[in-house]
Amino acid sequence: MDIYREAILDHYKHPRNFGHLRSPDVAVQESNATCGDRIVMEIKIKGKGLKLNVIDDIRFSGEGCAISQASASMLTEFVKGMDMVKIRKLSRHDIEHMLGVFLTPSRVKCATLPLEVLQKAVVSLEDNGR
Amino acid sequence: MFDSDRIRSEFPQLSRKINQKRLIYLDSTATSLKPQAVLDAVKEYYTRYGANVFRGIYKISEEATAAYESAREKIARFIHAHAIQEVVYTRSTDESISLVYYSWALPNVREGDEVVTTIMEHHANFVPWQQLAKEKNIELRIWNVNEDGKLKLQELDTLITKKTKLLAVTAVSNVAGTINPVREICRRVKRINPKCLVLVDAAQAAPHMSIDVSDWGADFVAFSSHKMLGPTGMGVLWGRKELLESMPPFNFGGDMIKEVHRDSTVFNDIPHKFEAGTPHIAGAIGLGAAVDYLAHLGMDAIRAHEEQITSYALRRLSDVRGLSIVGTTDAKKRGGVIAFRMQGIHPHDIAQVLDEDNICIRVGFHCAQPLHEFLGIGPTARASFYIYNTTKDVDALIEGLKKVQKVFV
Repeated sequence: MDIYREAILDHYKHPRNFGHLRSPDVAVQESNATCGDRIVMEIKIKGKGLKLNVIDDIRFSGEGCAISQASASMLTEFVKGMDMVKIRKLSRHDIEHMLGVFLTPSRVKCATLPLEVLQKAVVSLEDNGR
Repeated sequence: MFDSDRIRSEFPQLSRKINQKRLIYLDSTATSLKPQAVLDAVKEYYTRYGANVFRGIYKISEEATAAYESAREKIARFIHAHAIQEVVYTRSTDESISLVYYSWALPNVREGDEVVTTIMEHHANFVPWQQLAKEKNIELRIWNVNEDGKLKLQELDTLITKKTKLLAVTAVSNVAGTINPVREICRRVKRINPKCLVLVDAAQAAPHMSIDVSDWGADFVAFSSHKMLGPTGMGVLWGRKELLESMPPFNFGGDMIKEVHRDSTVFNDIPHKFEAGTPHIAGAIGLGAAVDYLAHLGMDAIRAHEEQITSYALRRLSDVRGLSIVGTTDAKKRGGVIAFRMQGIHPHDIAQVLDEDNICIRVGFHCAQPLHEFLGIGPTARASFYIYNTTKDVDALIEGLKKVQKVFV
């Protein structure tokens, strides 16, 4: 079964960066109301000026299906050290590439929810003048 | 007895294979498959007498009108309505309920009144009353269920008061499967307050069991065609004649009008008053054929067949490790729909693995989020059965669930 390949199941059963940060710069939560998935992303950044703002540390929490949880877990590893401009440019395509599976229409939302939350967090940081 | 093989052979979709595997359709609560007889009836309209109704002075239009109205007669008989005019064609159960909201509730409900609904409703029979409460600044009272997903009749004595204008209740829960005692509910409500109307959402009852709107003593009954072997985009609102006659139209346009002058309009009689525009003619004719098909099988035989599969499924599912069932495990008290959860496995993942073997189930909140929240559970997986399902389908589901456990545990 392609969609539940080893790496995805591994991230689902042993999520990386799961939990909370002591003092995050921002925490954002989003839900997918139709299926009850919920993802919280907390990030801490370092550096000054837009280009130099990079993710110093990140945690996620919440609940959901294997795809949403594995996607969140992989994403936290993927973006650590990444700058905000680059994060804003990430797309569904990058998520598919990261997960290494082709997403059927009904699962796209599960897989991209973590990215949506992260991008909301980045936008809210920028709105706050960081 | 029920000839499952013959019935299955009459549903063309069941012979479809995907990846060389047969289709195991366990989502009839969402929508049913269609028998050849219904497909033929729809096709016949479009290929032989596809003309508008109530308009042409020519043979095929008269044929179309006759078929369209004969379907209404069949439906009226099917639900034991007193009068054919009490059957209003709509687009869906949702639209039937919206019709009651716009044409009866908005003009009649005033501040100080109360409306009652239940926590087990489909959003279609919940949101209108929640919004009405906001719009009219009235109290919406909610009839809760017990841990078995059952409503307690005695609670009506405190919920219904002299101020209650409406009780909106489903006949069968689309999640817990609970079959509500509609007749007893109507009696009890009318005893407390004869002026309180009762609207019954029969979307999950009409396809599966004999319903008798007259015996129920309800005021409005809503259901859909596509869940009972008929075409999509077609629904029915049954209402008591004098009530429907007293209500203003829901939509304006052609067919719902008798005379139009520069400054005034005379609306048509019921049911046409509520059926503006060229209707879903093929949909009505298809629903008529569906009703014929169901009546021929016999609603009591259908119910017995579903009860038997449900009973078998409840027993097999109870044996699956870490699986919990929503609602009662007494098949006599529930319809053929079973929502369940598996410990540590999200319903989406269950459905995805089952789909590998073409086992179609529904997951999520099933348009009944308030019930899930009330029961304190997240989304659920839901398998449902109809006339074409057999215990073999249940066996396939159980095998599939074992596979799910292998992947995730």
